[in-house]
Amino acid sequence: MCTTCGCGNGETKIEGEAHGHEHRHADGTAHSHDHDHDHDHDHDHGHDHTHDHDHDGRGHDHGPDHVHGPGCGHDHVHHDGHAHAPGLPPSRMVQIEQDILAKNNQHARFNREFLAERGIFAVNLVSSPGSGKTTLLTESIKRLLPSLPITVIEGDQQTTNDAERIRATGAPALQINTGKGCHLDASMVERALERLQPPEESVLFIENVGNLVCPAAFDLGEAHKVVVLSVTEGEDKPLKYPDMFKAATLMLLNKVDLLPYLTYDVAKCIEYARRVNPGIEVLQVSATKGDGMDTWLAWVRLHAVTARHARAQPKVVAE
Amino acid sequence: MHEMSLAEGIVQIVETTARANDAGTVRAVWLELGVLSHVEHDALRFSFDVVKRGTVADGARLEIRTTPGRAWCMPCGDSVDLARLGDPCPRCGSHQLQVTQGEEMRVKEVEIA
Repeated sequence: MCTTCGCGNGETKIEGEAHGHEHRHADGTAHSHDHDHDHDHDHDHGHDHTHDHDHDGRGHDHGPDHVHGPGCGHDHVHHDGHAHAPGLPPSRMVQIEQDILAKNNQHARFNREFLAERGIFAVNLVSSPGSGKTTLLTESIKRLLPSLPITVIEGDQQTTNDAERIRATGAPALQINTGKGCHLDASMVERALERLQPPEESVLFIENVGNLVCPAAFDLGEAHKVVVLSVTEGEDKPLKYPDMFKAATLMLLNKVDLLPYLTYDVAKCIEYARRVNPGIEVLQVSATKGDGMDTWLAWVRLHAVTARHARAQPKVVAE
Repeated sequence: MHEMSLAEGIVQIVETTARANDAGTVRAVWLELGVLSHVEHDALRFSFDVVKRGTVADGARLEIRTTPGRAWCMPCGDSVDLARLGDPCPRCGSHQLQVTQGEEMRVKEVEIA
């Protein structure tokens, strides 16, 4: 974590390489870490309001129609009793109405356009740690690779173990280590795409950091979030972590080969998932034994074909 | 804790606004957070206090306005209140709900001087 401002992004590394950008604080100190592609959004609106105030001790009240324009610069007492201390410069309100995730969403839009132009279908795989995501991915790649080019972006706090497991299948993979970060964001994926250069009309799997909370909020530019839940976890996870199940299009219920040894209520789990997301699709799979893998891979192929066709369509130009 | 990333986003927006308005200091930052949004308020306040250090927002207080959750209930064919994701329609008990409000995470206003 950056010790000057507390920013966690300073430790993000893509396959061991840190990406530095100078970051300057208001006090003039500068240090390097990841604050890239600043897009300023700087329209401001004056905030008009009516109030009573005191001009240099000659007190008078304005009627309710008296309005100060933007930049009105004299001391005044607000209705709420909040008074400025003598000697402090007057303050004003600037209305900005900006989404906190605006910057991430801008990078996500860029990634989405990058992928669409190339006819690439991108899946953001999310789950808690230990749900079997990486095994599901290696097994999926082995079955898809002969007919479909595949690349993978791996997200973990530390180690390049998962990328190495993926590369052993023959698919190009790039590891992003988030350091103390708990999720991938769209700018990390943008940089990874530049390095990885996925082939046209391919499938890109993004394996997010194992975490059922934080990755839900961050659009990476993917076509779909797919949540992997294993039957060794509680069937009420969709209710405990609703944000993630609401954000996902498809839930893969993994390790179903273990069901005979567990007291796991599959119907209840699916019902809970549909309480938070009535439209969520559900497939039951076992990555190690092969159950349901054909259906899941048919889902991937169908969407890959759709992405390819969407690219072939001529763009509609607004008149 | 993704609230740290959200706090960074807030401070960047505030710094940009302060620069564009030649502000020396930022006194307060007003947020609008929907009850269904992906954010824990205490974690966000903690993160904001860490991230704002050494920036123009160093002395700024964080003011949070909460917006209620609303959803479109398909069986009722009407807009209803929704306090939490996963809750049923308060009228008919159905979960066939489409969230229409309450997921906002916005910086609304910045008080500068």
